Amino acid sequence: MNDNLHPPAPRGDLAVDATGLVKTFGRPGSNIVRAVDGVDLQVVRGEVFGVLGPNGAGKTTMLSMLATLLPIDGGHASIFGVDVVDQPHRVRQLLGVTGQYASVDENLTATENLVLFARLLGHRWPAARTIAADLLERFGLTEAATRQIKNFSGGMRRRLDLAASLISRPPLIFLDEPTTGLDPRTRGQMWDTIRELVAQGSTILLTTQYLDEADQLADRIAVIDAGRKVAEGTPEELKAGVGSSTLHLRLTDRTQTAAAAAVVERALGEAPVLTPEAGGLNVPLANADGAGEVLIALRQAELSITTATVRQPTLDEVFLALTGHHSETSENDTETEEVA
Amino acid sequence: MTAVTESPQAPLAVRAAVVPEDLASRPSLRETVDQTLAMAWRATKKMRRNPEQFFDVTIQPLLFTAMFAYIFGGAISGSVKDYLPLIIPGILAQTALTTCMAMGTQLREDMDKGVFDRFRSLPIARIAPLAGPALADVIRYMIAATLTILVGIAMGFRPGGGVLGTLGGWLLTIVAAWSLAWIFTWLGTVARSAQAVQGISMMIMFPLTFLSNAFVPAESLPGWLEAFVKVNPVSHVVTACRDLINEGQVTAEVGWALLGCAAVVAIFAPLAVRSYSRKI
Repeated sequence: MNDNLHPPAPRGDLAVDATGLVKTFGRPGSNIVRAVDGVDLQVVRGEVFGVLGPNGAGKTTMLSMLATLLPIDGGHASIFGVDVVDQPHRVRQLLGVTGQYASVDENLTATENLVLFARLLGHRWPAARTIAADLLERFGLTEAATRQIKNFSGGMRRRLDLAASLISRPPLIFLDEPTTGLDPRTRGQMWDTIRELVAQGSTILLTTQYLDEADQLADRIAVIDAGRKVAEGTPEELKAGVGSSTLHLRLTDRTQTAAAAAVVERALGEAPVLTPEAGGLNVPLANADGAGEVLIALRQAELSITTATVRQPTLDEVFLALTGHHSETSENDTETEEVA
Repeated sequence: MTAVTESPQAPLAVRAAVVPEDLASRPSLRETVDQTLAMAWRATKKMRRNPEQFFDVTIQPLLFTAMFAYIFGGAISGSVKDYLPLIIPGILAQTALTTCMAMGTQLREDMDKGVFDRFRSLPIARIAPLAGPALADVIRYMIAATLTILVGIAMGFRPGGGVLGTLGGWLLTIVAAWSLAWIFTWLGTVARSAQAVQGISMMIMFPLTFLSNAFVPAESLPGWLEAFVKVNPVSHVVTACRDLINEGQVTAEVGWALLGCAAVVAIFAPLAVRSYSRKI
C-alpha cells in the first residue's frame, strides 16, 4: 500500500531496525526457496507491530532471524541499535521470545520450568522460586504449578510460555502467533495479557495469521506474502485503501427480499447484493450516513427487518485487494457495529 | 485473562530504558558454570520422571558381568575366578561406553523439542545445554560402575589394589565415560534423527570395546589387530583400570588414559558446541 504514510522514525527510537532481510532455504542447484525476500522492518519503541500473513509467508523465519535463532542470509538487522549478527549475546538480553509452539519443557512442572529459566538468567535459587510463584499467580496457573506440562491444555501452555518470556523483563517481546489454535475465550484472555504488557511500555512484535488479531492489537501492520512485504500501515489505513463500509440487512419476511432491494436501490441509486434464501441484503455504502437513509426508506415502505449491521471491510478483504488472493485463514466473525 | 486483570500485584514490569553498552557481550565463566548447573538440575528432574533411563545402567552390569565371566572365563583364563581380574576392568570400560552412548540419542530427541528454541533465544552460554546433561549423566555412570564392581565381588573377585585402588578404577571409569560422552554429544548435534544417532553410536561403540584388550589379552590377537588394539584409547582405560584395581598402582597407563580422555573432550566439546550453535 503506502510506505510513506509515516515519516521514518529517528534510528535511535527504533526497537527493531531491519533492512533487506533475506533467508534462503535449499541447496544451490536444487530449488532454492527465498523464505524471506528483502523485507524492511522498522518497529518504533513502545508500539505493537503486527506482521500479518498466511501460513508459510515467512513470518516465523523473519522473527527467528531477528531473535538470533537463524543465520541471516542477506540484509542487516539491529535490536535497539545492537547488531544481531555481531552481538547475538547482547541481543538475546533484550528479547523475550514466545514461539508458535510453546517452548517450555514437557517433562517439568510449571514451577520447575520457570525456576529453570530464572536460574539460567542468573537468579539465585530463592529469587528464582519467588519469581516463578509470582508469575504463576499472575497468569492464573498457581493451581497447576506442580503439574507436568504434558498434562496442560494449549491455552495454559501458551500462558506459561509467555510467563517464561517475561522473567528477564525484556524491553522487546516477540510473539509468534500467540493465539494460533486457541479457543475464542482463551484467545481473548491472551489479548488482555498482551494489552497489559503494552500498557507497561513493552515494545511488541507480533506475527499472526488472524486478521482480526492484528486489527485488535497492532498499532501498525506489515502484510507479508511469500516472503515479501506487500503493504504497511495502520489498520485503518489498510482498510481505507480497500474502500467503504457495508450495510448488512436481514428481513423478517424473506419473500419481500426483491421488494426491499427495489426500495434500497431507489434510496441510494445502487443495487444491493442479495442472499434471498436468508432474506439478506448487503448494501455497499459510499459513506456511513447512507445506512440511515436506507433504514428510513424501508420503514416508510413498511418492510420490517430483524438485524442491521454496518461493518468496515475485514482485513481479509484488504488482503485480497493487496495480494490478489484470499488469506488462507479467512474468517467472517469480525467485529461489527450495531446500528439497529 | 482474569487472573491478570484483577491481580492486585504490581504490574508486569518491563525494562523500558535500554543502554546496549551496559550489556555483557558474552557470558562470564561463573555464569557459564551456573547455567550448566541449572541445566544439570533439569536433566536430573527428567531422570526422576523417566526411570527407564536407569534400566541400562542397572541391568547391563548385572547381566554382562555374569555372562562374559561364565562364557569366556574357562576358555581365556582357565577358570571364572582367574578371569575376573581381567574382565571386571574390561566390563567397567564397556559399561562406560554403552551408558554414555545414550547421551547422543537423548540430546537429539531433546533438541527437537520446543524448549530448545527457548534455550537458544536466552542469553546463556552455548555450552550449557550440552554440558548440563553430561554432568547429570555422571550419576548414571556412578551407578553402572558401582554395580559392576559389586557383581564382581559377589562372584568372588577380590581386588588386589584394595579399597583405594578400586576407588581409583571406579573414578577413572566415570571420568572416561564423561569424556567419551562428548563424542556422542557431538553426534547428537550433527545427526538428523535420534535413530541415526543410535545407529552411528553402535558402529562406534562395538569396535571400540571389542577391538580392545577389555575381554581378551591383546597378545592373543593377530599382529595387525594387536596394533589397533594398542592405540585404542579404550585399551588404555582398561589397562589403567587393571593397574589401579588389581595392583593399586598409579602407572603410566593411568596418565595415558587421562590424556586420551582430555584429548577427546578437547576435540569433541568445541565441535559439539559449534554445531549446536548452528543447528536450526
